Amino acid sequence: MKEEIFISGRNLPHIDPHLELWHWPISLYLFLGGLAAGILFFAALVVLFRKEDKYIGAVKYATIIAPIAIGVGLLALLYDLSHVWYAWRLYVTIRLESPMSWGAWTLMVIMPISILWTLSYFKEYFPKWNWDFGLISYFDWVIDFLIYHRRILAWILVPATILLGIYTGILLSAFNARPLWNNPILGPLFLTSGLSTGAAAIILLSKSHAERRMFSMIDLVLIGTELFLITHMLMGMLAGSQVQHEASLLLLGGEFTVSFWVFVIILGLAFPAILEIFELVGFKVPAIIPALLVLLGGVMLRFIMVEAGQLTRYLY
Amino acid sequence: MRTNRRQFIKISALGAGGLAAVTSTTSLGGSFLGIFDSADPGRDIDFKRTATYCEVCFWKCAAWTNVDKEGNIVKIIGNDDDPHCNGRLCPRGTGGVGMYNDSDRLKTPLIRVKGENGAEDTFREASWKEALDLIASKMKGIKEKYGAESFALLKHGSSGAHFEHLFKAYGSDTIGEPAYAQCRGPREQGFGATFGSWVGSPEPTDIRDTKCLVLIGSHIGENMHNTQVQELAEAIDKNVTIITVDPRLSTVASKSQHWLPIKPATDIALMLAWMHVIIYDELYDDKYIKKYTYGFDELKQHVKNYTPEWAYGITTIEPTVIRETARKMADAAPAVIIHPGRHVVWYGDDTQRERAMAILNGLLGSWGKRGGFYLKEKVKIPKYPQPAYPHPKWGWEEVSEDFPLAQMGLTNEIIRSSIPEENTKHKVKAWFVSGTNLPKSIPDTKNLEKALDSIEFLAVCDTMPMDVTGYADVVLPECTYLERYDKLRSATNREPSIALRAPAVKPKYNSKPSWWMAKKLGERLGLEAYFDYNDYSEVIDWQLRKLGSSLKEMKRLGVKKFDRTSGPLYIADGEDYEFATNTGKVELYSTELADLGFDPMPKYTAHPEPEQGFYRLIYGRAPMHTFSRTSNNPNLSELRDENKLWVNPKVAKLWSLKNDQKIYLKNQDGVVTTFPIKVRITERIRWDSIYMVHGFGNANKKLSRSYGKGASDTEMITNVMIDPIMGGTGMRGNFVTFIIDLKSVES
Amino acid sequence: MRYAMAIDTKKCVGCSDCVVACQTENNVPEGFCRDWVTESVSGTYPQVEIELRSERCNHCEDAPCVRCCPTGASQIVDGGIVIVEHDECIGCGACIESCPYDARYVHPEGYVDKCTFCLHRVTEGLQPACVSVCPTKCMYFGDIDDPNSEISNMLKTRKQKTLAPEAGTNPHIFYLV
Repeated sequence: MKEEIFISGRNLPHIDPHLELWHWPISLYLFLGGLAAGILFFAALVVLFRKEDKYIGAVKYATIIAPIAIGVGLLALLYDLSHVWYAWRLYVTIRLESPMSWGAWTLMVIMPISILWTLSYFKEYFPKWNWDFGLISYFDWVIDFLIYHRRILAWILVPATILLGIYTGILLSAFNARPLWNNPILGPLFLTSGLSTGAAAIILLSKSHAERRMFSMIDLVLIGTELFLITHMLMGMLAGSQVQHEASLLLLGGEFTVSFWVFVIILGLAFPAILEIFELVGFKVPAIIPALLVLLGGVMLRFIMVEAGQLTRYLY
Repeated sequence: MRTNRRQFIKISALGAGGLAAVTSTTSLGGSFLGIFDSADPGRDIDFKRTATYCEVCFWKCAAWTNVDKEGNIVKIIGNDDDPHCNGRLCPRGTGGVGMYNDSDRLKTPLIRVKGENGAEDTFREASWKEALDLIASKMKGIKEKYGAESFALLKHGSSGAHFEHLFKAYGSDTIGEPAYAQCRGPREQGFGATFGSWVGSPEPTDIRDTKCLVLIGSHIGENMHNTQVQELAEAIDKNVTIITVDPRLSTVASKSQHWLPIKPATDIALMLAWMHVIIYDELYDDKYIKKYTYGFDELKQHVKNYTPEWAYGITTIEPTVIRETARKMADAAPAVIIHPGRHVVWYGDDTQRERAMAILNGLLGSWGKRGGFYLKEKVKIPKYPQPAYPHPKWGWEEVSEDFPLAQMGLTNEIIRSSIPEENTKHKVKAWFVSGTNLPKSIPDTKNLEKALDSIEFLAVCDTMPMDVTGYADVVLPECTYLERYDKLRSATNREPSIALRAPAVKPKYNSKPSWWMAKKLGERLGLEAYFDYNDYSEVIDWQLRKLGSSLKEMKRLGVKKFDRTSGPLYIADGEDYEFATNTGKVELYSTELADLGFDPMPKYTAHPEPEQGFYRLIYGRAPMHTFSRTSNNPNLSELRDENKLWVNPKVAKLWSLKNDQKIYLKNQDGVVTTFPIKVRITERIRWDSIYMVHGFGNANKKLSRSYGKGASDTEMITNVMIDPIMGGTGMRGNFVTFIIDLKSVES
Repeated sequence: MRYAMAIDTKKCVGCSDCVVACQTENNVPEGFCRDWVTESVSGTYPQVEIELRSERCNHCEDAPCVRCCPTGASQIVDGGIVIVEHDECIGCGACIESCPYDARYVHPEGYVDKCTFCLHRVTEGLQPACVSVCPTKCMYFGDIDDPNSEISNMLKTRKQKTLAPEAGTNPHIFYLV
């Protein structure tokens, strides 16, 4: 019988008996970051392809969520920091080896741009305001400026949002101490998931049938990619080193199996995909259902990966 | 545990009045184990160092107490010049800061108040004058009514020494310490009968230079006696042969070339077989045997039939292993040590078992030899001027007279003499307890409580609200060793040395040093002449000047070494050396024991074994604790705050036990532990035994960190096997079974 | 200059003196520890073996905690010692997630803390507190770039192992087995 025990009474909070330091603030932030990335990515693409008149939801309605999501995500992160009054330290240096540093700076870029983007549509949100009066007339000038330069914003957004979407996964995969996270698939997986949730948000807030149809098709492709990536990740881990093999078993028979398969795979991916196929084939399916399920799947994927990953380790 | 007169006071808060004020040091709700300021750790230059020697165990390592500018004790570091520690303290010494910082410390004198109308007794805070007046009046009263002899002192440690002086001046020699009859007594008498010399403290084992170390149950490593462990490590470096005989895989057993997983209670059989091999295979040094030993032929005849094959059937140790290990011992002779052990009161025939160990050492010629046992020496500290002590009509010798070789007071006999029903010749009527936690050190709790119920008065002096304080009429709060002067340390060693204990900080709360308590009591009893000084530092300075030093010098040095005057460290080859025995030689056949009517050579007696469903209770030490003395220490309870029950996986499967499952223990006499204990399923223990560390399961709620944590093995020790030779209380004949259903006990 | 530690598991008795000494030397808050002792038992009675190890931050050469720190608070100073600048730490916990040895903890004051190889003692020519106090003298500390140092000699002559070498961090604590 093997024993491996601490005999000096070690019992560090959040670390013993197993690591559980990161909880809902991190999972929430990863989800909201991916969501905002997805929304802004599609918005930027639509503008660059000059289809903004056709896909109004993507550029005008869904993008309102982006700065709110980023803002809430940032608040969640700040809440999680234990030495929060020093948070400004993030912005006096850039550390190329630290995915978290990339994330801090990428957010620093995307947040103002997403606000500017939203600002550029202000006149369309509130057409009844008197835009020629007093202070508001200055605003008017700014908004026109933004509208004129929207393409530039879009060009910046495309790489930035891809970075934001993929960095949420790379952040976790860079921790080689957590075998469940330490694989190269996590970055692309989180990016795809982020884009998928972005598309779902657009579907939810869209007012045009054509737009919903388009983004359902895009979402379907993204879901397929996600399923492929998840399979690839699990197969790779099963065939990997012992710690990776054991880590993957958490999702394949261990504690998180049921929640993973029910909430992420079935309800979050497979079922919405089937509904979207039905819809494309011609059956009447309220588009809101698959969209909400995809969002749920995105949230649950992040939560499960963050919680389960901390259970996996190299020693003992 | 309700008794009529001496109810155990269980409440967690005091009766009336608040707590005494805190001292100038910053106390902060116990959140930091060192000083409060969490900024950069201080540099050693900024600390003030004061010389002291440790009191966490009896090894008395000399150390430097480091105090910062704000007056906080930051850390305690060993004195490099001290042969007891060589500059490195053990975890308990390093954790000594916790003794000072423990907010559960006794803060003010307490006096018992009887509960009215059936309510529970409580303690009330009292002034020193009140408490000391009360004790002095009781001492006078007992002296008038029964004679001073009837007031007994049960003690241990440095504080005990001050009260011993007081009691002897008062006219009582009824003094005992559990360390004798509950711990090392048999080895002192067993080795004393063989070599004419006690083993003593620290043990004069030359582990540093040995070639073969044999441990019979001794668990050095979990037993953290500083230089024993240091020298063990040196021996491991040199690849010395270590042979450990233990039913459990102790830490040192795991580092031994030979671990003999012996069946418990059969050690004498193994040693007789070893003697047989050494004698009949002629592995001994003939010249040595002829020159220095007595009784070889008798021994040869005695062990004729004790072959390894015979021992195999009893001990389960294979004959080839017995022969191989005997050979290894003989090859290493005389640089071989059959270690006498420390706590050796096991089965009631312990003096004979120690005799067997001594005989083996005698056969191999290790006494007084390099790598065996060196000839120890200590500095004689001059006696401070005082009148001669009065001669009491009777004392510990008379109380212990049923046991002819008892050469120190037998606590169990003093306790028995306190119970009127026992009808002893001498009667004890009151106790003063200092530095020992009786409910944990004395087996057969029911008997102890009977005695506590019978005595007219109990005063306890301690630093912490240990379980024993719950029974007291008066509790005196002692300050820790870091806050006081005490006698100069002079212990036996290779080189004689003395060490100074000086206070690093003022006593915290309203605690006082025991020398002061003894002096104040003495003054109230008209014994001023025995305390002819104002501060104990005067005594120390006087003694140091007589030794050619001074208090000033010792404060600077901490430790001072002296040249040996008793002769060389070892007996030279062929030197004419006389042992302090009847025959002047190493007595393989003990004339002393023969004269008293005991077996002159050890015999093997089978001891009772557990019935089915019961397991033999084995207990021992943890290296970071000194039993209940440290179980509440904040620094040390962090390392281990409870004991766990070691259970073999086969037994665990039988009972469907899981790791960390809490169970109660019930012994062969139906006694159940007060608190449950968690199970540790481990391969390190035999399937017929279970093991736990001694000193946990504290019942006093005032011990906030250790109350109720783990179980007390002492509660399970109700079958006491008395050693007829010196009165030791054998404790390993107790068997326990498990109670899995916690509710059945707790309802 | 690369500082490292070698610990002789054959001599360690698991007394945890290293833990207490570190606590008093470095004012470690109650409930936390910068080093700890692990016991590893294998076999079946009576063929049983145990290994005792005093563990702490391994001051890895390829420290993942330094790599992933977004503010640079986790850094490697002269001698290869990994420290945390308290005033630069934001408490994000990335370093804790990235340590394969679970050697770090969040200090009650908000920053992340761990063993510092007693840098404040090493710069004065002393050894870390745990090494200085160990009663079995089973801990060796020194410069492994110096071929004549005691630790270099121990590593040349004794069988040794590191913890979780497959994690790829190149730790500087060697266990002599």
